[in-house]
Amino acid sequence: MKIVLSWLNNLAPVGDDVESIAADLTQLGMQVEEVLHVGSTVAGVITARVLRTERHPDAAKVQRVWVEAGDGVERHVWCGAFNMQPDDIIPLATPGTAMPDGRVIEPRPILGIDSQGMLCSARELGLGDDHAGILILPVGTPVGVPYGEALGLQAETVFDIDLTRNRPDCWGHRGVARDLGAHLGVAVTPAVTDVAAGGEPRTAAVELVDGERCPRFTTIVLSGIRVGSSPEWIRRRLTAAGMRPINNVVDVSNYVMLELNQPNHAYDLDTLGGGGFRVRLASEGEQIATLDGAVRDLTADDLLICDANDVPIGIGGVMGGLDSEISESTTVVALEIAHFEQTAITRTMNRLGLRSEASGRFERGVDPYGMPNAQQRFVDLLRETCPDLVVHVGAADARHESLPPEHRPVSVRVSQVNRILGTDLDAPTITALIDPIGYVVTASHDDVLTVNLPSWRPDSTAEIDVVEEVARHYGYDKLGKAVPTSTEPDVTGHGRLSPVQLRRRALRQVLLGHGLDEVITDTFLSPSDLVAAGLPADAIRVTNPLVVGEDLLRPSMRAGMLKAIAFNESHRGTGVALFEIGHVYPPGDRSTELPPEYEGLAVALAGQDATAAMTLWRELVNTMGFGARVDQSLVPSGMHPTRSATLSIGRDVVGAVGEIHPDVIDAFEVTERIAWLELDLSRLLANEPKITQWKATSRYPSTDFDLAFVVADTTPAEKIDKAIRQAGGALLVDLALFDSYRGAGVPDGSRSLAYRLRLQAMDRTLTDAETAEVRSKVIAATTKLGAVLRT
Amino acid sequence: MIDDVRQAREAGLARVAAATSSDELRSVDAEVLGKKGPLSGLKTRLGGSPVEERKTVGQAINEAITAVQAALDARSAALGAEQTAARIAAERLDLTEVVGRQRRGHPHLSTQAWERLEDVFVGLGFQVAEGPEVETDFYNFEALNMPRSHPARSGFDTLFTDYHDDGTVLLRTHTSPVQIRVMQQIAPPIYMVMPGKVFRRDTPDATHMPVFHQIEGLVVDRNITMAHLAGTIDAFTKAFFGSGFSSRLRPNYFPFTEPSAEFDIRRPDGTWIELGGCGMVHPNVLRAGGLDPEVWSGFAFGFGIDRMARERHGVDDLRDMFSNDIRFIEQF
Repeated sequence: MKIVLSWLNNLAPVGDDVESIAADLTQLGMQVEEVLHVGSTVAGVITARVLRTERHPDAAKVQRVWVEAGDGVERHVWCGAFNMQPDDIIPLATPGTAMPDGRVIEPRPILGIDSQGMLCSARELGLGDDHAGILILPVGTPVGVPYGEALGLQAETVFDIDLTRNRPDCWGHRGVARDLGAHLGVAVTPAVTDVAAGGEPRTAAVELVDGERCPRFTTIVLSGIRVGSSPEWIRRRLTAAGMRPINNVVDVSNYVMLELNQPNHAYDLDTLGGGGFRVRLASEGEQIATLDGAVRDLTADDLLICDANDVPIGIGGVMGGLDSEISESTTVVALEIAHFEQTAITRTMNRLGLRSEASGRFERGVDPYGMPNAQQRFVDLLRETCPDLVVHVGAADARHESLPPEHRPVSVRVSQVNRILGTDLDAPTITALIDPIGYVVTASHDDVLTVNLPSWRPDSTAEIDVVEEVARHYGYDKLGKAVPTSTEPDVTGHGRLSPVQLRRRALRQVLLGHGLDEVITDTFLSPSDLVAAGLPADAIRVTNPLVVGEDLLRPSMRAGMLKAIAFNESHRGTGVALFEIGHVYPPGDRSTELPPEYEGLAVALAGQDATAAMTLWRELVNTMGFGARVDQSLVPSGMHPTRSATLSIGRDVVGAVGEIHPDVIDAFEVTERIAWLELDLSRLLANEPKITQWKATSRYPSTDFDLAFVVADTTPAEKIDKAIRQAGGALLVDLALFDSYRGAGVPDGSRSLAYRLRLQAMDRTLTDAETAEVRSKVIAATTKLGAVLRT
Repeated sequence: MIDDVRQAREAGLARVAAATSSDELRSVDAEVLGKKGPLSGLKTRLGGSPVEERKTVGQAINEAITAVQAALDARSAALGAEQTAARIAAERLDLTEVVGRQRRGHPHLSTQAWERLEDVFVGLGFQVAEGPEVETDFYNFEALNMPRSHPARSGFDTLFTDYHDDGTVLLRTHTSPVQIRVMQQIAPPIYMVMPGKVFRRDTPDATHMPVFHQIEGLVVDRNITMAHLAGTIDAFTKAFFGSGFSSRLRPNYFPFTEPSAEFDIRRPDGTWIELGGCGMVHPNVLRAGGLDPEVWSGFAFGFGIDRMARERHGVDDLRDMFSNDIRFIEQF
């Protein structure tokens, strides 16, 4: 909202200290985004007359212009524009002029010839966007005077303020003046409650058919109007506030809206069918052409303003109809000021995609009792250009029972104000803070104040709203600062991360220690992403996605990770090792209130095979205490059929380990193998890992020996491990698979597995006989599994 | 015989001096001083000599043995030192010539900021709560004093899902739903922060992402006032940014708090950072959390996490932080 300082000062004497007013507005909750100086003139720019122009043979882009600035002296200027003729009056920036863009005009020579100034475009002087040529001033403009004086320019200071939803009143200058005035201790001009009428009775009658959508509709009839242009000061203020002046009637209408936050509409009474209004809901499919020229299709939820003959002339509270504009010949108008139901206005605006100055205000909230004051203001302003203006007796004021009450008393406890704010304010202090902004204290008994909420603050409905107003006008910066200490002493100072949060951090450190980089990949996927990743296509869909087609919530991080790998590979980043810890959202069977969302871990190791993923999984088993069954008979979808396994606990799948399917790798246009590990952290981090218990280390020497077996590919190494451990018993203190070999000397369909065994007893040095006994037991046990000892 | 001793001694010393390796020295030791060596032989021969001679020659033999032994020890030490020196010289490495590198992982910038913030709040006595990212309309809006027709809802640019036909399941637009869940699950006093991923229907640009991270705080206790809010914001400011920083509150509007405020951080150079929103928990929100606003009061605050990282490291464009480009990730 653009607030013009001179306008504010018309309403309350707030002064002209721009910086301090801006700071005060911000402290009151009206954040000043920018202070603009509109219509200010550039010192040193004077009007001059063009004498003649001449091209220079060696300068194609500029021409030479001779001007005269009232002193009879011929001045030469280089100019890049060609739109002027001899005798045109143009603005000349004389040498030394500081332009608004920071340039200082200097006699800059071109081809050795000095330029004694610069001719200015409209944009260079801050007079608009026109930069196509030099600004040509009206014929008859005096020469040799400051251009601002010649044009009658007057500077206006404008605050561009960012208004919050709870301050609809500040969409009018009067609301800002009231708040700022209260802060500064100066009063805002009083409002009138009745418009002064004197003319013969004349009424624009109103029929409220669907009054719950339009709880109040007022009209007065004004005659003696001569449509013309507005006084300069009204045009200037409207322009400064960002509106285009049109004619005196429309300008006054806009002026009243910008001053009082009271949208209104003046209809030509002579062309208003039946000379009155009918307010009703549209019928489904009914159409109206609005002021902006568009034809709008309406629904039965949109409100129409019709003339008395039921012909639509506007969409209630949103925009007038194309035919409702007043014309040059208008002499009698019906001034309509109405109140519309907030939420319905929003629905219509959204449905039609139509936001107007009026609808934006009705959506935020307008004073349902501000009509008489707005009518009087309209009359007073219009009278400046229409001295014969007559206000007719017979004002119409149609109301519906849904109109909010004019007086809305709430009880405000002094103790509650102080309880929330941490203050020690008494009733008179509170009263003095809120009375100037219209929160009128009508009674005070002990702790309880009865406060009448102002009709222009529809956002205020309860005690807590008044508490906020007290805080605002007391000053947030005066509330003090204290760190709370709990009433329950065992709570204070007990900040900590939960066990799950600590374990998540530990997990991240393990992964980082293994050289993995952390990524955060896309939440939203396209159906083709899921297909490419070899995942089931069933996913939760976003019904209003940001990007059409990317509307699925990821049921797995796999597609996102593969895209990240592909991206890096295409930028010479091969062999990347990535992990992500994040939520995934499988759809489940949609029987629960919320989807079975869980936190997952995904690891992708480009250029590595499944064993790298298994090695990492084993490391997590050791460091994090994770545990799950590695089931290679159950291949997760989209993974390499002979190099992948499902990780499960009981019947629940808690992860996948192995390698990405070659087809999936192709689909993402990656050339490297990708080792993959995926875990359900919501499951795995929930378990408190067992605390490792101390085991004594033996003081007696150990004996190492190696055994290599030829084992069929169909027999998992895990089985051989298990058999060796069982046979080795308590004496086998360490077992390591140190080599797996396929090739010469080993039959096809099998491989050689080489193990190192370490035997040790707690209480003695082992004899050769004992060692030999364990060795033969181990051989016997593995032979049962079909393993053949290599000798 | 005394000449034989002298001769054997000279010969022994000469051989020691001539030895060029430890191995040679060991054989010299055995040959010169061993049982079959010349000095041992002379000792044996001495048995048949007269007493006088035995005394003087015996003494000479012992002196010869001691001298050779001393020469041997000295030579051995010298040879050892020479060998060590040669080995050390041969082992020279150019430590600036490092092939390959130890690969370390890099945590995401958002994670780094997230953890730093958690740590500061834990230090201020807060615990950390989390909640679902796919939420119900009730927790995301209704319980936060934004009933269905509330116009402020439009400001959140919400993404809705088809999880249920009625469109009530959405992607949370803030971590505030966790506040309601915490109030419902935990009896006050509550001193919690809630970091997490949130979603808005915003077109990505240098300062906005449709998926981003936010942290909120919630304190509910008896006698919590707005001064406690200001004090906590200030304590956080100093703990997170540094003692030269301070904070201020100025009025703002949020449906879920009243009075509401924006909080700004003042840098030591006097410039301001607009950080986030805060306020006293609205009585309707306390009620939605199952708490009696006449007994309990509280405050809440919230701000963006990614922005902290962006400003700390001078990242121009937020989109780069989520590009998953290792050339970005491995810078930090």
